[in-house]
Amino acid sequence: MTRITIGPFNRVEGDLEVRLDVESGRVMRAEVTAPLYRGFEQILEGRPPLDALALAPRICGICSVSQSVAAAAALREAMAVEAAPNGLLATNIAHAAENAADHLTHFYIFFMPDFAREAYAGHDWHEATRERFAATRGSAARDALPARARLLETMGIIAGKWPHSLAFQPGGTTRAIDLGERVRLLSIATAFRSFLERVVFADSLENVLAIASADELDRWRDGHGGDFAHFLRLADSLALSALGRGTGLMMSYGAYHGTDGELFPRGLFGPRSAIEPLPLTQITEDVSHAWMRDSSVDPAHSSTVPDPDKPAAYSWCKAPRLSGQPIEVGAIARQTVAGQALIADLVSASGTNVRNRVIARLIETARIALAMEQWTRALRLSEPFCHNSRDIPNGSYVGLVEAARGSLGHWMAVRDGRIERYQIIAPTTWNFSPRDSFDVGGPLEQALVGTDVGDAGARAVAIQHIVRSFDPCMVCTAH
Amino acid sequence: MSRSDAMTNVLWLQGASCGGCTMSILESGASGWFDELRQFGVNLLWHPSVSEETGEEAVDILQSVLEGKVRLDLLLLEGSVARGPNDTGRFNMLAGTNRSIYRWMLDLAPHAGYVIAVGSCAAYGGVPAAGSNPTDAVGLQFEGTDSGGALGAAFRSRLGLPVINVAGCAPHPGWMMETILALTARDIAASDLDGYGRPKFVANHLAHHGCSRNEFYEFKASAETMSERGCLMEHLGCKATQAVGDCNQRSWNGGGSCTKGGYACIACTSPGFEGAQNFLATAKLAGIPVGLPTDMPKAWFVALAALSKSATPRRVRLNATADHVVVPPGRATTKTKP
Ligand code: SF4
Ligand code: SF4
Repeated sequence: MTRITIGPFNRVEGDLEVRLDVESGRVMRAEVTAPLYRGFEQILEGRPPLDALALAPRICGICSVSQSVAAAAALREAMAVEAAPNGLLATNIAHAAENAADHLTHFYIFFMPDFAREAYAGHDWHEATRERFAATRGSAARDALPARARLLETMGIIAGKWPHSLAFQPGGTTRAIDLGERVRLLSIATAFRSFLERVVFADSLENVLAIASADELDRWRDGHGGDFAHFLRLADSLALSALGRGTGLMMSYGAYHGTDGELFPRGLFGPRSAIEPLPLTQITEDVSHAWMRDSSVDPAHSSTVPDPDKPAAYSWCKAPRLSGQPIEVGAIARQTVAGQALIADLVSASGTNVRNRVIARLIETARIALAMEQWTRALRLSEPFCHNSRDIPNGSYVGLVEAARGSLGHWMAVRDGRIERYQIIAPTTWNFSPRDSFDVGGPLEQALVGTDVGDAGARAVAIQHIVRSFDPCMVCTAH
Repeated sequence: MSRSDAMTNVLWLQGASCGGCTMSILESGASGWFDELRQFGVNLLWHPSVSEETGEEAVDILQSVLEGKVRLDLLLLEGSVARGPNDTGRFNMLAGTNRSIYRWMLDLAPHAGYVIAVGSCAAYGGVPAAGSNPTDAVGLQFEGTDSGGALGAAFRSRLGLPVINVAGCAPHPGWMMETILALTARDIAASDLDGYGRPKFVANHLAHHGCSRNEFYEFKASAETMSERGCLMEHLGCKATQAVGDCNQRSWNGGGSCTKGGYACIACTSPGFEGAQNFLATAKLAGIPVGLPTDMPKAWFVALAALSKSATPRRVRLNATADHVVVPPGRATTKTKP
């Protein structure tokens, strides 16, 4: 058995180290380390509760709106205020813009450049892939970055700036949109749709979303250019559907809340491969392999106290569990729980894996691009965007949202006008969790086991694909 | 001459950061940031979020800088330097190297032509240094408002400048890119930096300049709760009359700014901004905001505010506490000549 260490693992958000035990070219065991701790939960303790709106988004510059929205949701519960419907719509539009920008950044900047690497020289697709996707030099970046910047102009209108905005409040958003701004929002959404239809899919979003099965996807791919079809061909050639298989358990807290429910519903894709209600009270955090002191396993009652010399620990990340099980989260979980036809079919055929995770992200991008247009039209411009309230009684509150990378929860306890405890479980905390006290690894640790690395060892490209297929955000992970 | 000899070699590292500065700079340039860098002859030696090299290939790049095999022109750090626990830096290890970012920065900085602190974390400590500062986070050359930081007050880069602090949380993509390009042309001298190491082309302005609420400010016509149109200084915590930045002059994300967005400037370009509490409420003493514009005597401010309040036009007064314009600018209504 040889042990190899991979790091710095780049083109992920933040810093990541992966250690693999390899025997006969096959991964037998994986350990995933989040090597950065900043202590946001400690920093928030003792502060006025509304300060969470300024500090919590700064956990992450890539999903700062998600962090804001989670903090605002916890505070909304605390204040027992009902958000203005316009505020919910404006939040959804901005949140969708951030999530879509994240999916784009992941596909173009983080994930695809691996296929341009030398390791694949000799494949008949390699030259075209290198020209298109090589890191920082490929032609795709020249298309994707300006499209991303244009999409993020949504933030200039709704959120003032991005990342790190204070626009997302418990009662709505801080700025009423007028008619001219609605038109500008629509033109940004239209430009984004046109980018997706021209460059990503080379087809209309309606056609793409009508693909309902793996077979239809294969037929569609053969007739299409565009980067999505390009990826599908690579995925077939490299059998990416056999790589990085997840545990099969997935969840979603529900995404894009409106006055009549969510666009993507809440639920658990459980052991019987069926969608079930999500047992929220069964969420726990285990610290047996984290550099953390023992505390309550219930995030509503636990605290975060680092213990850097703890034996057997190997990550700053705690190990969240649902009913004792590690759970995979992210676009694939959201779309599976939402019953999106294509994703449900792919998951029933081959579970979660490198290919299906990427497909789910792009299909989701198409869905939210359409939703952005609808939400923008639904704004009632003469009605308020924010309901105000400032009273926060003692108690425990929770804000649950879906960030691009999956389920994000903020648990906040307030006493006498101060934050008594604040606990955050981020999407990558779920996916990149270390082992728990039963020695059960997190989803990535399990997905890496069995991977063939041959003689390449630390340079094995397969490992790069598996890790990045989760689109990890390490700064969120341990926060 | 190899490619890296002719070009400006830039190494970008991330310490205790949220990655937001990188997310912000990716918006830079009409054909994308990478293209923009190339147009100006900038060679990104390595950037953790965007470069192809990973694992040992990446460590080799850092090592070759330490060994003097590759010239390092600009060294950028995004994120605070976590010195803890006990000055080991172990709260923030550079993966795969068994060495902390703290250590890496101490080793790399002397090789760099210039060192740039990207964002308020790398400049002054930023949000990780808030409250109990659990990781002993500091900036590269400042600890809050005190000079010192991870590299020490005396540090000068190879070309003789202190750390250049592109403050902001996150900084505007233009602030970062213009600093990088000005340094590429060796166009920044010590006299182009203010007392906190910030480029003066940003720091010579206040975030308040050009705010769309300036008319409300003139008349002290103030918003009272979130999403109202009035000035945010009197009740809702706006610190833009004390915070440097051209936020409202150049705008963010195609036309926004904090105050345009309807919430207070929290002075994210200032050392120690994270130490404030109740960001969206104005601290007051005897009904008067504590944080008045620094260069104005308090008595004058109070007298002028009372005077301007008494002269506030009805339109400005009513719009200040509404979320939509309720009284549009009037036209002359009388047709008779005087
Ligand atoms: S809101 Fe702030 S920046 Fe705008 S005018 Fe008032 S004090 Fe100045
Ligand atoms: S307006 Fe103030 S808080 Fe906002 S970016 Fe500018 S300096 Fe920072």
